[in-house]
Amino acid sequence: MQKYSVFSLIKNAFSNHEKWDLAWKDPTPKKEYDVVIIGGGGHGLATAYYLAKEHQITNVAVIEKGWIGGGNIGRNTTIIRSNFMYDDNARFNEFGMNLWRNMSQELNFNVMFSPRGIINLAHSDAQMNAYARRGNSMRLNGIDAVLLNREEVKKIIPMADFSEDVRYPIFGGLAQPSAGTARHDAVAWGYARQADSMGVDIIQNCEVTGFDIEAGKITGLRTSRGDIKSKKIGLCVAGSTNVLAEKLNMTLPIETHLLQACVSEPVKPVLDGVVTFGAGHFYISQSDKGEMVMGGDLDGYNSYAQKGNLPTIQHVLTGGVALFPFLSRLKMLRTWGGIMDMSMDGSPIIDKTHIDGLYLNCGWCYGGFKSVPSSGWTFAHTIAQDRVHELNEGFSLNRFSKGYLLDEKGLGTKTWIS
Amino acid sequence: MLNIKCPYCGDRSQKEFAYGGDGTITRPKLNQEISDEAWDNFVYLRKSPRGKHIELWHHIAGCRQWFKVERDTTTHEIFRTFKPEEEF
Repeated sequence: MQKYSVFSLIKNAFSNHEKWDLAWKDPTPKKEYDVVIIGGGGHGLATAYYLAKEHQITNVAVIEKGWIGGGNIGRNTTIIRSNFMYDDNARFNEFGMNLWRNMSQELNFNVMFSPRGIINLAHSDAQMNAYARRGNSMRLNGIDAVLLNREEVKKIIPMADFSEDVRYPIFGGLAQPSAGTARHDAVAWGYARQADSMGVDIIQNCEVTGFDIEAGKITGLRTSRGDIKSKKIGLCVAGSTNVLAEKLNMTLPIETHLLQACVSEPVKPVLDGVVTFGAGHFYISQSDKGEMVMGGDLDGYNSYAQKGNLPTIQHVLTGGVALFPFLSRLKMLRTWGGIMDMSMDGSPIIDKTHIDGLYLNCGWCYGGFKSVPSSGWTFAHTIAQDRVHELNEGFSLNRFSKGYLLDEKGLGTKTWIS
Repeated sequence: MLNIKCPYCGDRSQKEFAYGGDGTITRPKLNQEISDEAWDNFVYLRKSPRGKHIELWHHIAGCRQWFKVERDTTTHEIFRTFKPEEEF
């Protein structure tokens, strides 16, 4: 594999950048693999990478229906954080934060990880108390949490509406200074390129049409590009989880919903970190290009459309303008949507299933991007060792029937309003 | 934006309605022993199909009645709407 550096950049400039090696191959599927990962998104590619790197399993295929980087890994708003209250979520995501910090060096691909901080705004004394509790829980798990009062928030986001007669006056907020953003496409490409260099086959334009199961064991799968045998298959298909579950005769605690995001025209730097305005169903950051990157609610009804409807965008931006009045002067550049695997408690599932050799990775709700490295790392462990790692033992599939929910916000099972 | 025909009021904008989720789920009968599996099915497990989906909607800014909608989850085409007591 060609190493990327400033020298390779200069060298290739002399040949008009026409002689770069392909970043990954375009192989024809083999008849059999040790492990097949379905889904060439962030989680699937990271799983393949860690299978090869940590477990020396390189006879691996990543099967992708579309093209890699075309799903939620290229549609999210790139926020990376570990500001969770519950131990299982906090430890898992803080483990991921450490992988994020070294990712550009490890993958030899600039993922532009930028720890610029996140603030969750609070609008009442009760919410400040709740944030103090969450911040203390985070600190007990070694995560940096800072409770900010109104004046401290004002120093960071002076352009927000700090008047006292608004519907949700700003009382303060909970910050995680080490949180940040990264370039999402680069994460997919970086993992894909390294996995490919270690022998993983990345097979695009290949749709899974069925599974072969014999005596409770998975033996292979059928695809639009032929049958493939494998004793271990991992599902990393986010919003398509329910579609594949149907082919497996499984019913999961997952609903599929559409989440939209939008960006404004680019402007000069105005917002340093990420700000979430939960009361207004709105969050925002500014990209390196200067666009204001914004999102908020789900469209509110089960959807596989990958494109949203206007009322939700209007609702989200109404909240946005209430917090940052200057947004009303900006033009929106584009909006888009992705389909989310909304779990019934808001936390993910990384587990084995009742079918031997079939592994499940789903339920990422709004926050799959930040978990790409930790999910890939733990899912690779779960597949390679055929047992869950302590970091993902809380993300079990049977926690719903057993009653051990990881309901970080305690919002119940109406996934479309959580 | 969806245009939903409330079976009581007629065609209205999506903005008047609230979503109520999968309309095929039935609560286990009261005053009976309920197995963990039946309760799990009722509370957590959902098919969430790609394609035709029967779902509950609430005409919250109108007549406030609940009713069912058969809608395609990919195209958002609404095939029909009906009162809860009408069978599909």
